[in-house]
Amino acid sequence: MTTKPEMTASEIASAVAGRKMLALDATEAALARIKQHDGVLNSFTDVTADRARAKARAIDADIAAGKEVGPLAGVPFAVKNLFDVAGLSTRAGSKINRDLAPAKRDATLIERLEAAGAVLVGALNMGEYAYDFTGENVHDGPSRNPHDTTRMTGGSSGGSGSAVGGALVPIALGSDTNGSIRVPSSFCGIFGLKPTYGRLSRARSFPFVASLDHLGPFARSVTDLALAYDAMQGPDADDGACTTRGLEPTLPLLANPVSDLRIAIAGGYFQKNVFPEAVEAVSRVAKALGATQVVDVPEAARARAAAYVITTTEGASLHLDRLRKRPNDFDPAVRDRLIAGAMVPAPLVDRAQKFRRRYRAQLAEIFRSVDVLIAPATPCTAPKLGQVNFNLDGVELPVRANIGIHTQPISFIGLPVVAVPVPLEPLPIGVQIICAPWREDIALRVAYALEQMGVVAAPAPRGL
Amino acid sequence: MAEPLDDYIDAVSEALALPVEEAWRPAVRANLEVSLRLARLVDEFALPDETEPAPIFTA
Repeated sequence: MTTKPEMTASEIASAVAGRKMLALDATEAALARIKQHDGVLNSFTDVTADRARAKARAIDADIAAGKEVGPLAGVPFAVKNLFDVAGLSTRAGSKINRDLAPAKRDATLIERLEAAGAVLVGALNMGEYAYDFTGENVHDGPSRNPHDTTRMTGGSSGGSGSAVGGALVPIALGSDTNGSIRVPSSFCGIFGLKPTYGRLSRARSFPFVASLDHLGPFARSVTDLALAYDAMQGPDADDGACTTRGLEPTLPLLANPVSDLRIAIAGGYFQKNVFPEAVEAVSRVAKALGATQVVDVPEAARARAAAYVITTTEGASLHLDRLRKRPNDFDPAVRDRLIAGAMVPAPLVDRAQKFRRRYRAQLAEIFRSVDVLIAPATPCTAPKLGQVNFNLDGVELPVRANIGIHTQPISFIGLPVVAVPVPLEPLPIGVQIICAPWREDIALRVAYALEQMGVVAAPAPRGL
Repeated sequence: MAEPLDDYIDAVSEALALPVEEAWRPAVRANLEVSLRLARLVDEFALPDETEPAPIFTA
């Protein structure tokens, strides 16, 4: 059986476990595709070819010996370069971190995916220290959008979006503090899962904002997203915020009907400052699901503001010593934001954290009467690389500050979201499927139903 | 002419031993103005005295 770039993770795992394909062939195919296209996409910062081949050979040996292999046997994957990869310095998109000693042990989520048979092929480009929505990086160059390489991938998990959108790997991992999984998913036309805050372990990943950081997977199909997510669940004493809940597998529930779910469109704030593409995408998803009810999400603008304040101040605290000692080694735009963050008076930060609890209670009330909220993932399709402003209804608005306006009020209170890609022409755009805490199963079920209806899909990369 | 936040930036820079070179000052000031504008939006929201902040410390 030959490999094809569009093979999903579940197809690869099934072929490998069924002895129709070698894990080594799947790995070589991914490495060849990276070699062929990453000169343009710039999604990888490290390719771990030797390690990948050794892992793939071990899987093939296990299969030949009749041993059981995991549900991701032979599936190539890559991780945002803020995940610890044994033997590599965890650069987190920065110049400064390249001086760190190489990591001694992989991040928990890498260990869990590899325990399920997946094969790590490398680390991925990202915005510096994850303080970014564009996917641009002054040290490594921008990751590029696989549908139009003159455009942004979105950030900060830009390399993850580019690598999966470009079908270099079927699965990638990223982080999402304010939208960094959902924004690249939207711009690159792929599926992304930002789980509930605390669901997946962040152990041995480089942090940004401890009270807002989440890790999660990207994929080209909902089944693959669920496969990866299920393999990574579980408590982890190495992450103080990680839940002690047991495994709650989602894969067996994907095909359950969605007709019993109460699905509503997020109104008010979430219907403002959007381009026609985002309106069209939400409309298609809502129509397919039979959702007509519009639910206002009160105080979403204030929630976004509070998320901004907590992000800039916690980020500044994290980097304070580096800002003192090596200010000229930062991306100047990141440095200047962080310095400003260090200067925000403490009472305003405390109030933002108190407002957060209040807002959480308001959203919990909404989720008593609905199961799912639908909202745009981004206000627009991928802007041009380096684009500073966009024009919305005759008003010039800064791109960077507005890309994450619809994701920030959701991650602010840790709700689980699946970003689903609506394959509009000429560029795809994402929609957020938002659920109550710990209900990733519902978000994935709805995403799967939309995929089965043909409303959402990861389009073949058009820029390659 | 000095901008309204310049004295504040100088004072915090000194208090935190956090250098702010002259060339960075306009961008730092612009970012601080955005942060303070958004923080004011949060500050305006009346909260009961007993409101707990979101992060929970578990002993």
